[in-house]
Amino acid sequence: MEGNHHHHHHHHAMDGTSFVMAEWILATPFIILLAAYLTAVIISNRTHKKWPVYRVVLWIAGTVLAILSVLGPLAQLAHGDFVWHMAGHLFLGMLAPLFMVLAAPMTLFLRTLPTHAARKVTTILKSKFAVFYTDPIVASILNIGGLWILYTTELYTLMHEYVILHILIHFHVFLAGYLFTLSMIYIDPMPHIRSYLYRAVVLVLALAGHGILSKYIYANPPEGVLRAQAEAGGMLMYYGGDAVDVIIIFILCLHWYRATKPKFQQMRRQAAAESM
Amino acid sequence: METPNTRNNIRENNYSRRNLWSGILFGIGLIAFVDEMVFHQLLRWHHFYDLSTTDIGLISDGLFHAFSWFATIGGLFLFADLRRRHAVNIKRWWGGVFLGAGAFQLYDGIVQHKMMRIHQIRYVENVIVYDLVWNIGAVVMIIIGVVLVKRSSHSRKKGE
Repeated sequence: MEGNHHHHHHHHAMDGTSFVMAEWILATPFIILLAAYLTAVIISNRTHKKWPVYRVVLWIAGTVLAILSVLGPLAQLAHGDFVWHMAGHLFLGMLAPLFMVLAAPMTLFLRTLPTHAARKVTTILKSKFAVFYTDPIVASILNIGGLWILYTTELYTLMHEYVILHILIHFHVFLAGYLFTLSMIYIDPMPHIRSYLYRAVVLVLALAGHGILSKYIYANPPEGVLRAQAEAGGMLMYYGGDAVDVIIIFILCLHWYRATKPKFQQMRRQAAAESM
Repeated sequence: METPNTRNNIRENNYSRRNLWSGILFGIGLIAFVDEMVFHQLLRWHHFYDLSTTDIGLISDGLFHAFSWFATIGGLFLFADLRRRHAVNIKRWWGGVFLGAGAFQLYDGIVQHKMMRIHQIRYVENVIVYDLVWNIGAVVMIIIGVVLVKRSSHSRKKGE
């Protein structure tokens, strides 16, 4: 383990300046998107029904979590300590995407745009490209598969050496997490609708993949990670993942429950049958 | 033509299965949750992964955990659905809970603990005592479940 420790500290090849640059490259899109969201809310509220405040709060919360994990003290801690890295991963890859999906940005966007522009966006949404990437299976492979590659190959070490990898991987973690959440619970308009059963089965498999990976990390620390940190990080990933997944499962089941609501007539017929 | 009576029977058959499944799903989720809470976290008798070589054990454990997590919530929503349809058969539902919990505990005790040897209940000399309590407990739950389910169909027939 001693050797590993040494190894670990050696790999801070990325100097302070490039790390700060990476931090800002990662944080800027979130800041821009926050400004865009708030502007859209103001524009939309002038002509449409008032945009729900809780959605605005969710978007802000998601943005704050995402920025926290790429910029500032947490991001710096995450660079040297696997447990903090995992906390950042939960924020950037799971919680922030969940909050932002629940903030329904596409609905807001389509509502704010002029009709002809909104139609164009809808066309893009219906493209084969969008249909492919928002399929639960594809999104799960990008999300969970990406994590498997990150933590079971030397990519994790390389990420700490090369700024470009650091940036790309962090964007991927967020985008894949967002795509994954979006493909499971439909808040915004979707290019295609997948059945509840299909989504439930894929979600269970993806959840299993996430749980198995966290246990794998617990038993096999990624290169350059101390055993104690890998164990704590693995457990954080396992239980933290469970906590976020519970919300996704709950929302999926809630939508399912609402969709299968018995029709009024059926209810009346049943009541008649019961009274006989 | 469907008479209201046959419709009623069809409905009862559908919902009796749904009552059972709702209970089973919730039971599996509940017992898996209790196992993790009590034995993994509070007592720390065993951890979620005690052997780093049995890949199959790891995968089966992961799948089961994910399924049980979904089952807890899904089972409760199914119960809410039955309530909304005024079709709750509470005895049958509890029968399902005991069946699900017992079956899961027996699977855990036989397959995961003994066949795959992922983890043991506790790391002590006479682990057989713990195994017996664990598995007999599972069988007792299954028996209670079967009795409740049987009685729930009897009472329904009598009611007709």
